[in-house]
Amino acid sequence: MILKDFRAVIRNNIREYGMYIALVVIMGIFTIATDGVFISSRNIANLLNQTGYIAVLAIGMTLVIVIRQIDLSVGFLSGFLGALAAIAMTSWGFPAWAAILAALAMGTLAGLLTGFFVAQVGIPSFVASLAGWLIYRGALLLATLKKGTIIVPDDAFNAIGNGYIPDIFPAETSFLPELHKLTLLLGLLAIVWFIFQSLRDRKNRVAYGFEVLPADMFILKLVFISVILSLITWVVAGYNGMSWTLAIVLVVVLAYHFITTKTVLGRHIYAVGGNPEAAELSGVSVKKITFWVFGSMGMLCGLSGILFTSRLQSATTTAGTLFELDAIAAAYIGGVSAAGGIGKVTGSLMGAIVYMSLTSGMNLLGTDISLQYIIRGAVLVAAVVFDVTTRKAKS
Amino acid sequence: MIAPILEMRNITKTFPGVRALSEVSFSVAKGEIHCLVGENGAGKSTLMKVLSGVYPHGDYSGDILLEAQSQKFRNIADSEHAGIGIIYQELALVPDMTVYDNILLGHELKSGLTVNLNETIKQATEMLAKVRLQLNPSTKVRDLGVGKQQLVEIAKALCRDIKILILDEPTAALNEDDCDNLLDILRGLKRDGVTSIMISHKLKEVIHIADTVTVLRDGQTVCTLDASRGEVSEGVLIKHMVGREIDDVFPKRKKKISDEVVMQVRDWTVYSHGLGRTLLSDVNFDVHKGEIVGFAGLMGSGRTELAHSLFGNPDGYRLNGEIKIEGKVSKFTEPRNAIDAGIAYASEDRKKNGLILIQDVKQNVTLANLKALATRGVVDANGEAKVAEEYRTALSIKTPSINQKVLNLSGGNQQKVSIAKWLFVKPKLLILDEPTRGIDVGAKYEIYTLMNKLVDQGMSIIMISSELPEILGMSDRIYIVSSGRITGELPIAEATQEKIMQLATS
Ligand SMILES: Nc1ncnc2c1ncn2[C@@H]1O[C@H](COP(=O)(O)OP(=O)(O)OP(=O)(O)O)[C@@H](O)[C@H]1O
Ligand SMILES: [Mg+2]
Repeated sequence: MILKDFRAVIRNNIREYGMYIALVVIMGIFTIATDGVFISSRNIANLLNQTGYIAVLAIGMTLVIVIRQIDLSVGFLSGFLGALAAIAMTSWGFPAWAAILAALAMGTLAGLLTGFFVAQVGIPSFVASLAGWLIYRGALLLATLKKGTIIVPDDAFNAIGNGYIPDIFPAETSFLPELHKLTLLLGLLAIVWFIFQSLRDRKNRVAYGFEVLPADMFILKLVFISVILSLITWVVAGYNGMSWTLAIVLVVVLAYHFITTKTVLGRHIYAVGGNPEAAELSGVSVKKITFWVFGSMGMLCGLSGILFTSRLQSATTTAGTLFELDAIAAAYIGGVSAAGGIGKVTGSLMGAIVYMSLTSGMNLLGTDISLQYIIRGAVLVAAVVFDVTTRKAKS
Repeated sequence: MIAPILEMRNITKTFPGVRALSEVSFSVAKGEIHCLVGENGAGKSTLMKVLSGVYPHGDYSGDILLEAQSQKFRNIADSEHAGIGIIYQELALVPDMTVYDNILLGHELKSGLTVNLNETIKQATEMLAKVRLQLNPSTKVRDLGVGKQQLVEIAKALCRDIKILILDEPTAALNEDDCDNLLDILRGLKRDGVTSIMISHKLKEVIHIADTVTVLRDGQTVCTLDASRGEVSEGVLIKHMVGREIDDVFPKRKKKISDEVVMQVRDWTVYSHGLGRTLLSDVNFDVHKGEIVGFAGLMGSGRTELAHSLFGNPDGYRLNGEIKIEGKVSKFTEPRNAIDAGIAYASEDRKKNGLILIQDVKQNVTLANLKALATRGVVDANGEAKVAEEYRTALSIKTPSINQKVLNLSGGNQQKVSIAKWLFVKPKLLILDEPTRGIDVGAKYEIYTLMNKLVDQGMSIIMISSELPEILGMSDRIYIVSSGRITGELPIAEATQEKIMQLATS
């Protein structure tokens, strides 16, 4: 009975769970192939830090694609904004926080500018952002012209890409000596919160007479996800704990998840993506939404630039190269539909993790770079084929 | 009895949560015009999609026999090959391609590796002649009116050498002249030996043209009526469709029209840069509180453009003139402004301008007024579900749940969702553009009753409609629009079909 339920649930939700399954499979393969090095706390910490700057771009890109647009300029824009932050600190004497704010603000402006050309002037976003790609690339070269690489000496700034959140308990206690206690605590809170939310959600749906998972399946799902969350927490806590990058990415994902699923703005974004004419006639300003989405994309470019610059502790002439394509790939792997109106930010986060796991795993194995590209391409196609076919089967 | 050309036996088709067809049997005699009628969601379109291979063999149960041969279509190409041509409820032409390219789309005439343009044009012209459409085949489909587009669709189907032509609500979007023309063409095809199956909610035309009528209700065959034996009349059809009798198609209402003017439009001129011409000029009219004002006219007379231009001008026309809402001069730069001023506009084209098809019923109903359900920008999901349930009941929207994607509803039920969206805005003035297009008699009656209730509560309604009986049955006052001008105004007491038609064509 349970087995039959289980199969039915998996079949009905294969699209949603597919990516998690894929991630587990990919991680499993690499773990075996590397004799466990891949799953070590140290490697996972590294992997998550590398994913950070792509993940935030993928989140912004999700919304851009949802409203049927594209933004090719994000890679070099984040490279340029990272360089700008570096220059602000080294040459203009900005403190770290001011440089960060400046990068975020400039990013938002740049995004709004693209938005202006797309929404107000009516230029296809592909062209507008292709022009941006060229312009920001030039701007980045210009910014790094004198010194080539700008070394950032600011420790606080560099901690964003390399540091970890402090622990509330001293490391020397005999209780769980090897682990980061605050991270464990946060993980525990997350699990409790997740269970609480799921129960509340279920209660509400039952009250409305909506369909819910059968009770045994529901419990199984709770247990399964709780176990996964615990494992992740355990692994992360094993090496210095949660990094600042991870903390920032989680905050961004939660904020965007909230906006897209719970707010009027989010609903309007999906309405515009689903049918712009109907949305406009329903009183949703397509222009305004376009500005919002490109503005947010620009801001996330600023964030991505900061994460990357801080991780390298310097701004380079090639920073941001191909980030736009990584972000787009991550969004598509995460289930965004090219026809617009469909896609989740949590999906894109998962997409980014899957994509970066591949890179990280193949790097560990010493796979030749040429082969890496080919495999990444194949995975991208496979993910989208899976998405498209399961979508068809369901409708 | 002539041998049936087509027999469908015990067809059952289910969708998740819906049994669209159960054990339907349907038989069509060779050379006849067979009409298929039934309420919204009765399963008419689904039955035809089964027949034409949209739902492949194995997706349904039952048998299809074409000229006594059992058929197992895997896709549309298979059914086309067997001689079945279908024209869907929604037009399926490529707007930016020429008429000849559209007609031969999928059956391109090649010479070697390239398309033979001359032969294409020649054949397209022949097909156009068959449907008596005189136009340059190099015209873009976008530039044709709906009536002509419909004929191009038929020409496209004829090109494929068919035995059975299926038309799903072909006249829903046509005005009376175009309808008559289309029916004539069907008769002509009948003489050429083509069998036609037509779905329609316009019972008058069904009575006019049908040799046989089959009625579906809730996914089952109710009966098959033979017109030559005088079995078909409007009353009989309605009774079989709805399961009860409806005496008065237009429910009565006590008039409560006040002197208060809700909307006043003066010297309204609309110019389109895109088309490079003036669409409307010198339009003047008033709408009173509690009044239903009908806008009659032919398809393409400019009524929809007028509504768009008043409703925040989403198409970016150049406007001149003045709108007063409750005495206050108002300027709307986008639909949002108009909505905030208490105006709502339910579009005639629900798929393109009305609905977000990939979203569910609930989200569509609340889209225009999400703010009412939100605190500090966060939507109250429970409140939303409640609202959606209310409208689902009030308009008897047939759907397994409010979480069903609108895409999966039948055409008429989609229309109801698109009207529900505007009722939830609770406007002062509701503009309904062809509100009953594609809606069955029973639901029409419900919508008319609802309109009466709304004006009784003090709302005003502008009803744009190409169906004269509806205009005459529901309006308090009628404006007639012809070629972008208001050519007449008639109080309902003085209005007749003849007068309206005369003004509409002047
Ligand atoms: N793809 C689908 N998924 C789920 N349900 C569907 C789908 N297509 C149709 N239905 C359901 O099947 C039933 C029959 O629909 P159908 O479109 O055949 O009705 P119809 O008789 O053509 O109505 P109308 O006059 O409104 O066009 C409806 O209840 C509809 O909601
Ligand atoms: Mg239908």
